[in-house]
Amino acid sequence: MNHPLPPDTANEPLAPGQRLPESERKEFSPEALAEIQAIMAKFPDKLAATLPALHIAQREFGFVSLAAMKAVAKAIGIPEGHVFGVATFYTMYQKAPVGKFHLQVCTNISCALRGAAQLLEKVCEKTGVKPGQGPSADGLWSVEEVECLAGCGSGPCVQVNHDVYDEFVDEKKLLDVMEACKRGDYRPWAR
Amino acid sequence: MAAIRTKPDPQIYTFPGFGTDKFPNLMLRGAGDLDNWHLKVYEQKHEGYVAMKAALKLEPTAVVDEMKASGIRGRGGAGFPCGLKWSFMPKDTPERKFTRYLVCNGDEGEPGTFKDRAILEYNPHQLIEGMIIGGWAMQCKLGFVYIRGEFLWLIEKLEAALQQARDAGYLGKNILGTGWDYDILVYRGAGAYICGEETALLNSLEGRRGEPRVKPPFPAAKGAFGQPTTVNNVETLAAVPPILRMGGAEYAKLGTPKNTGTRIFGVSGHVKRPGLFELPLGTPMDFVVNELAGGSSTGRKLKAIIPGGASAPMFDEKDFDCPLDFDTVKARGSMAGSGGLICMDEDTCMVQATLRLIRFYAHESCGQCTPCREGCNWMEMVLYRIEHGEGRMEDLDLLASLTPRIGLRTLCPLGDAACGPMDSALQKFRHEFEHHITHKTCYATGSRLLSGVGAH
Repeated sequence: MNHPLPPDTANEPLAPGQRLPESERKEFSPEALAEIQAIMAKFPDKLAATLPALHIAQREFGFVSLAAMKAVAKAIGIPEGHVFGVATFYTMYQKAPVGKFHLQVCTNISCALRGAAQLLEKVCEKTGVKPGQGPSADGLWSVEEVECLAGCGSGPCVQVNHDVYDEFVDEKKLLDVMEACKRGDYRPWAR
Repeated sequence: MAAIRTKPDPQIYTFPGFGTDKFPNLMLRGAGDLDNWHLKVYEQKHEGYVAMKAALKLEPTAVVDEMKASGIRGRGGAGFPCGLKWSFMPKDTPERKFTRYLVCNGDEGEPGTFKDRAILEYNPHQLIEGMIIGGWAMQCKLGFVYIRGEFLWLIEKLEAALQQARDAGYLGKNILGTGWDYDILVYRGAGAYICGEETALLNSLEGRRGEPRVKPPFPAAKGAFGQPTTVNNVETLAAVPPILRMGGAEYAKLGTPKNTGTRIFGVSGHVKRPGLFELPLGTPMDFVVNELAGGSSTGRKLKAIIPGGASAPMFDEKDFDCPLDFDTVKARGSMAGSGGLICMDEDTCMVQATLRLIRFYAHESCGQCTPCREGCNWMEMVLYRIEHGEGRMEDLDLLASLTPRIGLRTLCPLGDAACGPMDSALQKFRHEFEHHITHKTCYATGSRLLSGVGAH
């Protein structure tokens, strides 16, 4: 297999007896609650706020923990089971803590044809973490292998939080990106 | 972060003749102009909102007729005539008034496809204008833009553009004195390819798991929030203002008689200039790949091209001259799909490439239908063992027998989409699979997919 790593294990179901990791935070901030209320008012049905509220929860709680899901259900006034079902369906909701910088490497066909496997390997080597295995010891990095970042024409691509970097050709560029992250020198949308 | 490119650039290529009558740029108009998301720039430089103002003076049915006259077919993948789709929306009667919605499908998740991103990034106002015209034509109450969650920077831009349109009085209450109230809301997805399927998208928009619904009822009868809804792709809606500006009949002269207009083709893989090219439908594939995208980037000749995003069956060399329109590509055994051309050179291992594609479908199956959920995983496992030198000759028959049991046996086309690459790879490159099994080595040595890690 061309792939340097075994298939991604980040989305595997919980083993019997295994519990989801707990977050430090248990409740939404008043600002986040107001944001959710505003979203609910815009849409014809309050249930539509589930996905946006989970995005807000991920931002506030760091990841979508059980407490975050419960807080979402409470804020919208919908069953907890529904929120759990939605949160576990979509891959962008992290159900476990990620690093301050979450590096997602696209390894799908267009990126793969242009060296995504080597890039993923390099990312793992430089960050010292493997996909789906939690953040690095210093809490800075986590790595995930993703299916497509819609950068097929300029791949291979890496997304750092919400900022896409593409056209990787050498190790230096990856190190530059990582250095810039450490300096806090990245676009506001990526925070 | 000056030294590092922080904003993705989808590499939109212009070429000799681009922007002329032969290769008009309709959807990519203003592409590359980073200021085009400002309302003023769009209005002053690119005839912005001219078509909308003209459309609002017409009867809604006249706008639908104009779309029918243009002959435009949906650019999302299925190629269904857009005007016809719009005409399916139920009209108000004295007994019953409907709340209609227009949904823009911006959940661009198919590998090889990256066209909608360029429109959202460089031409958001043209999409908004198209959605206002569509909303008027179908007398909708609200429009939704469902965007994939990864496009956060585009969402912020689109929200800003929408606010500019609201401030200008193009959205909101009593638009330009017509008495019609309409607004557009942005909805962010959360990473599920299946949400590109229209009914799964509607489920997701309602805040549920993105699982496709049983059809009928079709969205035109019962769509978002239980109301009549039309779902159109970003590119289709962005084509609406140019159609209204030039007139449906004039637009229909572009392309071929049954496949009118221009389309954005995204070329990726082993080519010198991967990127986006807006061309009239019916343009030959070898012209796009060899002339515009510069041909093979590796010096080796191309062996396979996927003509319409990851779900389209592959073409081998004998079909490289295929004109890129919905009907001809279908007649040659593939599908025009989303217009993403993925090019593979002769050193690409087709077993690896097929495994990579099938792994995508196994990962993205929503799990609702057993044939797709189990079948895609099964195909992945069998391909994985062939790739690892543990395959048996019977595996090829097994793979061939799996696809008819997945395709057309599921609620949505995701199962069929997985069968396309599988069947075509087995038909056209069977010798590579056999070589893997009998020789335990790769037929295409030095594969570009191969990283040099692991025995092969």
